[in-house]
Amino acid sequence: MTADPATGGLPGAVVHDEIVPARAPWLHHIAAGQTLRIIDVEGNQAVDFLLYADADDAERYSSQDTVAAQGNLFLRQGSVLRSNEGRAMMTITGTSVAYHDTIGGACSCESNTLRYGHHTKAQHACVENFLEANLSEGRGKRDMVPNINFFMNVPVEEDGSLGIVDGISAPGLTVDLRADMDVVVVVSNCPQINNPCNAFNPTPVRMIVAA
Amino acid sequence: MTGGLANPLAARDHARAMAGTVVDAMPVLPPVAADLPAGVEPGDLLWEETVAPGGYATRRLVRGSRVRLIDLAGDACASMLIYNAEMPTERLNVADTVKVQWNGYLGAGKLLLSDMGRVMMSILEDGAATHDVFCGTSNAATNEAKYGEGRNSGAFPNGRDRLLLGSAKHGLQRRDVHPCVNLFKGTRIEADGAITPLVGPFEAGREIVLRAEMDVIVVLANCSHVLDPRDDWQVSPLRISAWRGPVTDQDDPVRCATPEGLRAFENVEDYYRR
Repeated sequence: MTADPATGGLPGAVVHDEIVPARAPWLHHIAAGQTLRIIDVEGNQAVDFLLYADADDAERYSSQDTVAAQGNLFLRQGSVLRSNEGRAMMTITGTSVAYHDTIGGACSCESNTLRYGHHTKAQHACVENFLEANLSEGRGKRDMVPNINFFMNVPVEEDGSLGIVDGISAPGLTVDLRADMDVVVVVSNCPQINNPCNAFNPTPVRMIVAA
Repeated sequence: MTGGLANPLAARDHARAMAGTVVDAMPVLPPVAADLPAGVEPGDLLWEETVAPGGYATRRLVRGSRVRLIDLAGDACASMLIYNAEMPTERLNVADTVKVQWNGYLGAGKLLLSDMGRVMMSILEDGAATHDVFCGTSNAATNEAKYGEGRNSGAFPNGRDRLLLGSAKHGLQRRDVHPCVNLFKGTRIEADGAITPLVGPFEAGREIVLRAEMDVIVVLANCSHVLDPRDDWQVSPLRISAWRGPVTDQDDPVRCATPEGLRAFENVEDYYRR
């Protein structure tokens, strides 16, 4: 039996391994101490990512608390993902991408009408994925908050100009996240085709959980 | 035992004797303001309130209302939430606000967008230019770490708990309190993503005027910025005035400034087409 190089360096045995199809949602409960590895299988695929505390899902990922606590907008190795009550939810224990975004939020049918025009209203979007996954556990619109975009690049210029630009990820690059509490991970494998976040071609990503 | 207040009528007289007391931070009813802008009728004033350091205020405002905030002494930090008053599941979305406008800094002409592709409020005038959409507000843990405590019932209330109470007054709960914008206290983003707080203190009397583009609930907390580098808790009073105004017309320069913003107004106009 040959070891799968995609599992190299994980801190424990693989307990879950799944390919998330292009454009699809994904929801998984991850226990404190377990590590989630996300693999950008084909490169430059934005992975929109939300977290809820398993014990009390009114506590959830907060981009604002996360960036304020680390004094920096970008998520890098060592970044602690914090909740709206300031607690550590997960920590980025390793990543082969220089940095990830948490200011750009998720695409939605509604924001697409602003960014691109009303002809995009009917296109599938990350908020649709987040809602579909969250509704399966009783969460809904009130539980939507600005998320993380792994493998997505949103630089901020000196005058405040910002935007989703060409990615800095590549095939096979990864991010490893250690759960600091029991969490619900909700992902949208981004279906956006109107900006460079998925290189205009949404592709699958792989989720591996090690315990 | 308190001497002289042993029966209900004595307690009533004691309570009634407080009437007319004036303090620095309080609402004025009916609202009166000596400094309304030219053209605003005194009878159109809707809201006049000064928020204490560490305090909060909230109100439902009709579409077209103007809201003027004044940093009275140069050290206010107005952390603001916005809900659609008739459907509070629609609320301010800071990510869409910066992404749709291709810029992370607030100022005159900028829009505050909802998660439903609509403009909730626009910024008509800005005498401050130091604002922050990235950092949010303090919470119990950050205030405890910095000031020793951060309880609502203590001397250094945290912004999140103030926004929670303000939202709760409209029947809203923990899961409704969303990322806020900070007005008067700013941040600058460096090339490597580092966040530099811009907390002053600034000159007294800086003003910002917003226009409600929908029927909204605003919740404002006035607590020190979460990245305020000063060791001691420093906040000064925030004055709020609001008055009635016309709904934004088709030729409005803020409405027409950008194609993305124009579509946000068109989505609002579509929502109210009923």
